[in-house]
Amino acid sequence: MAHAPSMPHGGEHEATSTGLSHRKLLMWAFLGSDCMFFGALIATYLVYQGKSLVGPFPEDVFSIPVTSVSTFVLLMSSMSMVLSYAALTRGNIKAYRIWLASTAILGATFLAFQVFEFRDFVQHGLTPRTNLFGTTFFTLTGFHGAHVTLGVIWLLSLLFHSFRKGGASPEKELELDLAALYWHFVDVVWIVIFTVIYLFGVFEGF
Amino acid sequence: MSTMPFAIPRPVHPTGVWSWITTIDHKRIGILYGVTAFILFLTGGMEALLIRAQLVQAEQDLISPEIFNQLFTMHGTTMIFLAVMPLSAAFFNFVVPLQIGARDVAFPRLNAFSFWTFLAGALLLKISWITGGAPNAGWFSYAPLTGITANPGHGIDLWVVSLQVLGVASLAAAFNFIVTIVNMRAPGMSLMRMPMFTWMTLLTAILLVLAFPVITVALIELMFDRTFGMNFFNVAAGAQPILWQHLFWVFGHPEVYILILPAMGIVSDVLPAFSKKPLFGYGTMVVAGVVIAFMGWMVWSHHMFTVGLGPVANSVFTFTTMMIAVPTGIKVFNWLGTIWGGSLNFKTPMLFALGFVGMFIMGGISGVMHAVAASDAQQQDTYFVVAHIHYVLFGGALMGIFAGIYFWFPKMTGKMYNEGLGKVQFWSMLIAQNITFFPMHFTGLDGMPRRIYTYQENMGWEFWSLISTIGSLMLAASMLLFVYNFVNSWRNGEKASGDPWDARTLEWSIASPPPEYNFAVIPEVTDRDEWWEEKQRRRIGVPVPVSGGSGYEPEEHSIHLPQPSYWPIVVSIGLLIAGYGVVYNGVIYNFVLAAAGVLIGMIGVYAWALEPVNDPDPDDEHSSH
Amino acid sequence: MSQQESQAIVHTGHPTPGTYFKVALILSAITAIEVGVFYITALGKGIIPVLAVLSIAKFALVAMFYMHLKFDHKLFTTLFVAGLALAMTVVLALISLFQFFV
Repeated sequence: MAHAPSMPHGGEHEATSTGLSHRKLLMWAFLGSDCMFFGALIATYLVYQGKSLVGPFPEDVFSIPVTSVSTFVLLMSSMSMVLSYAALTRGNIKAYRIWLASTAILGATFLAFQVFEFRDFVQHGLTPRTNLFGTTFFTLTGFHGAHVTLGVIWLLSLLFHSFRKGGASPEKELELDLAALYWHFVDVVWIVIFTVIYLFGVFEGF
Repeated sequence: MSTMPFAIPRPVHPTGVWSWITTIDHKRIGILYGVTAFILFLTGGMEALLIRAQLVQAEQDLISPEIFNQLFTMHGTTMIFLAVMPLSAAFFNFVVPLQIGARDVAFPRLNAFSFWTFLAGALLLKISWITGGAPNAGWFSYAPLTGITANPGHGIDLWVVSLQVLGVASLAAAFNFIVTIVNMRAPGMSLMRMPMFTWMTLLTAILLVLAFPVITVALIELMFDRTFGMNFFNVAAGAQPILWQHLFWVFGHPEVYILILPAMGIVSDVLPAFSKKPLFGYGTMVVAGVVIAFMGWMVWSHHMFTVGLGPVANSVFTFTTMMIAVPTGIKVFNWLGTIWGGSLNFKTPMLFALGFVGMFIMGGISGVMHAVAASDAQQQDTYFVVAHIHYVLFGGALMGIFAGIYFWFPKMTGKMYNEGLGKVQFWSMLIAQNITFFPMHFTGLDGMPRRIYTYQENMGWEFWSLISTIGSLMLAASMLLFVYNFVNSWRNGEKASGDPWDARTLEWSIASPPPEYNFAVIPEVTDRDEWWEEKQRRRIGVPVPVSGGSGYEPEEHSIHLPQPSYWPIVVSIGLLIAGYGVVYNGVIYNFVLAAAGVLIGMIGVYAWALEPVNDPDPDDEHSSH
Repeated sequence: MSQQESQAIVHTGHPTPGTYFKVALILSAITAIEVGVFYITALGKGIIPVLAVLSIAKFALVAMFYMHLKFDHKLFTTLFVAGLALAMTVVLALISLFQFFV
């Protein structure tokens, strides 16, 4: 057993076996795990699709135009997220802040749409207690909304942090990269939800 | 960043209680896990003894049916989630970084958080005994038994919340060990040079991160039904409670492998060490482990053969279940191949490892028996299944864990245990568990249902039930012997050398107990069983630059270990309060307590994020970010 | 792979803002098509596979370009796809168990 030169630092800053950062590896493992979380929620929604005994049913409450707009808003937030990342790696801190703030605002707009939609559904007589559709729909989209909320808080934290001395720099792109991966994941989950829950929603037990 | 959040200084406690509360050293966390889990294991054992006391004879009325339901629910949940899983986690923590030549895990503070959160989850479950009724729907808590109308008390709520909190702990630990094993191996330690225990830890961690989200969703659904009156399992609204069974067992079957794979890994390291031979068929051992982990996902409905899924589904799951016996069989033959022709040394860990192989085969055989859907129809929900689960979990997982405890005891404590007492304990445990659990095959085939609180005289179950109860008392005595040997040896045992077993893997190349930094110099790995090969090289006189950890003191400044932190336990306390507040949501005012817990957790998370892993060192500008 | 090599991949392989814009345009276009197709009632249940393919395309574009999987270490892809594939399998298995075997 020949000995490698002693690596000076324990913990999160060591050179790694794969050359990949610990935290990025953890984030990807988490996203793989979160797929199972949303998978189980979507499975619950789908096995109960068309099994509600009383209305309102999906076709009574879904407004595809409104949800299309909010879907578009979330897609655009993903774009501003990558532009924020590109700005940071170029060292343009000002553009980084602007795009980061836009991402958070777009995310908050998406949430506002969701609150509006939920209120609208409740006015149509659909609550989480009404029927199987209400129970599964509000739980699935509610947990997605919770993910978005957490993402907005994370982005705002990064934004505030960027005003501290040395709070943002191209060398620290990983801090943003992790938040960005999470953000895009939340976006792709919505891509699935939009298609499977909303667009397929009108076909009973497809 | 050099400023401390909220101006709270970093903990500096080299010894004492605070040093344990703020520790982020993987070895100390491993010991915390092991000791806590063993105490919880003893509480689960006491619950089992009460069950056996009630069943000792027909028409016994020692324990009421209500309490009996709570006892078997708590016994199962405790043993699986609070005993076997965290005992395995104790070894992940203590052994894996040493086996891969690392100084700590990838996320030391997250590791501390895992332990404290596990403890919070354990408290939330165990507290149910004193807050008015433990959960009572069995360890898999089938809907609609758990519905608010059928089960109005808070026992089920505490069960749900405690499993959620334990899930957070398990997920955090699993992410940590995936990253640690993938990313922190010593130079030259390729995946196919990793010790088998490290391999099985990696597979267990992958199973955990994929399986736990599913039970999380099932528990959320149950919680929403109970707390907010939703309809996930409400038959009146058209729901199908079988959904719970599916979600539970989609998680539950991988969970079975989460319980047994670490024990298989321990045994795969113990047998070569005491046979003076490399592990037979290392490559097939890895492949068999991967195949078991993969196929573990395709068999869940074999827990549901009698619910009426129909012949097609039952046939498919019968087939996949029988297939999974193949990689398991490969492992068994490889263990036999390892000891075949070896120079065997029957020390206590070796005895436990061999006991594991024998008992696990017996559990495996009854497993294959109820893999057949037609045969399972006779066995479902009888004591035959209880016999099976105890052969694979007690005879299997726990025998493996005991092998690990004895094997690594010298490494953990720096002391030798009492070998004579160890052997007595092994034989008493082996005999007692067979006296306890083997008769359950007979009562089961005679039709004795599991979970009944009493039975009539003329059923023909009395004799074997009595024998089982006698066996359980012997098991309890064996455990007391173990506790005595463990405590006494830790305090008064002989000092252990760095490598008391002439073993094979890297943890034995350093002193016992290991120094805080583990390896003074990170080893460079050139072989599987690196430490064994190194000893051979030294024997034939190949020159070696520096000796391993023992005897070589590094300079003060050359090793920067991650520093202790308050924040992991703060976040865990937040989770504990939030969990309690969700169950007793009327305390103070609607969910105020839960919100307070979340707030404490959030403060902890922010402080944690702002706290550097290492304080900056004036000598070295790279030591923190 | 040494750390330098992988670092090089991380820093040189990322697309430019121009690529990000193009991807955003394609994503918007696909969403528009999805909504458009949705209103063609003549297709009936036939639109389900069409919508599924469009949705998968959007998913893949975001994962590959915005999450950089196309340019990053394939271990990341492995970790993510493992979870994703298993989740899809479980969803499909549960749907078929409830549709056909209950």
